[in-house]
Amino acid sequence: MTMPFYVAPEQVMKDRADYARKGIARGRALIGTVYQGGVLLCAENPSKSLHKISEIYDRIAFAGVGKYNEFDQLRVAGVRHADTKGYAYSRDDVDARSLANIYAQYLGQVFTHEMKPMEVEILVAELAPLTQVGELYHILYDGTVMDESNFSVIGGDSETISERFSATFKKDWNLKEALRASVAALAGPERKIPVSELEAAVLSESNGRRAFSRLGQSQLDELLA
Amino acid sequence: MFSPSEDPGPSFVEVISRILPEKSALPRLISGPETVNYHPGSPISVPHGTTIAAVRYADGVIMAGDRRATEGNFIAHRRIEKVFAADRHSAVAIAGAAGPAVEMVKLFQVQLEHYEKVEGSVLSLEGKANQLSQMIRANLPMAMQGLAVVPLFAGWDILRRKGRIFTYDITGGRYEEVDYHATGSGGRDAKATIKLGYRDQLDETSAVKLLISALLEAAEEDSATGGPDPVRGIYPVIATVSEPGFKRVTDEEIAELTQQVLADRADRGVAQ
Repeated sequence: MTMPFYVAPEQVMKDRADYARKGIARGRALIGTVYQGGVLLCAENPSKSLHKISEIYDRIAFAGVGKYNEFDQLRVAGVRHADTKGYAYSRDDVDARSLANIYAQYLGQVFTHEMKPMEVEILVAELAPLTQVGELYHILYDGTVMDESNFSVIGGDSETISERFSATFKKDWNLKEALRASVAALAGPERKIPVSELEAAVLSESNGRRAFSRLGQSQLDELLA
Repeated sequence: MFSPSEDPGPSFVEVISRILPEKSALPRLISGPETVNYHPGSPISVPHGTTIAAVRYADGVIMAGDRRATEGNFIAHRRIEKVFAADRHSAVAIAGAAGPAVEMVKLFQVQLEHYEKVEGSVLSLEGKANQLSQMIRANLPMAMQGLAVVPLFAGWDILRRKGRIFTYDITGGRYEEVDYHATGSGGRDAKATIKLGYRDQLDETSAVKLLISALLEAAEEDSATGGPDPVRGIYPVIATVSEPGFKRVTDEEIAELTQQVLADRADRGVAQ
């Protein structure tokens, strides 16, 4: 009988984390930020149909970066969780915190027990029903959760982009200012991202029960003009 | 999280029947019915909703429902609502046993929204009509015991750019109506009224007035249908579905148009 080689647990975890981080770093970044009366999610995404940003529930949105099939699987699981909970209890009982915890549990489980960690980083955004203040939950490939009440940057090169973005961030800015700053931070000083390669959506109080809406090409043109 | 071979796809009904393993915990529409010995008129009686109607008009469809629910010969509720937005571009109205009907609407609404979110695209109007048909079929054993649900479904067909109306029977049979339909206990009177007043390409106000008079006639001939009640401020629920989406006609507008309908009748000298 052959014995498997001994690998220290520290090494296993480090290798897995490096693997996941490499996968995530290859993709483009995404910014989630609060603005007056809403939450903006903005990403660089050349595809028109494979979305990085989607609706989960009335006041909850999802954004993912990394491997598309993996974060899309998480998105669908989130929709199922939220709809089931809302159907069984009430629409008011569906909240982002519980969803973020479920994602964290699942990602943590996969990270420690499966062959391959998920190469994803996700953001769960919520527009709180009473205060109308945005809340962002940033969840890493290993299940680490961070809650941010201002903004969060995920994906490749996120530290640099985060620095650029924090220099311009204002908590009570409007959608136009928030979007411009997000696009500028994603692009950096040397590059300009064409509008056709942007994907953006908001959770906005003005949308009624389903607060989520995508910003179409014409809206983006108008806001960035 | 489901494995690819067991994935329930975009159907919420499939999801919930896999997540909740105990049959008893499932809503009846998903688990199939338990046996209930219920017959109309027996000591156990449940509220029934009554008259609902829909007509096509120039911009889409309009749906209306009275506000009364009855339990045998009692009035169970004066303000029940029977017309609901199924999603942005469709509406569903219910007649029959109120409990299962409201449950069916709730499940139908979640099902449509769930599909839209998971798939990233909205079901076609026909697809929505078929979904409802399947839910009614699942309720058939209950219907056989007296708890029938017979909805009306109408909406704006984005692909064909027109309003369409679908009716159902208790077996889930789905039939498309050309211009109008009414169902429930006062459905015959309501339908006859619509038939006499219907013209092609009605404008919104005329169509709302036509539905108000249809429900008024039904309320006069059928004891289970509630008429307008200006004292309590109870008026039928009327909603339009057109290209911009579902919109409820406000109570104030309905109150005013009801006054006009009644004034028109008085002018004609209708005393009976």
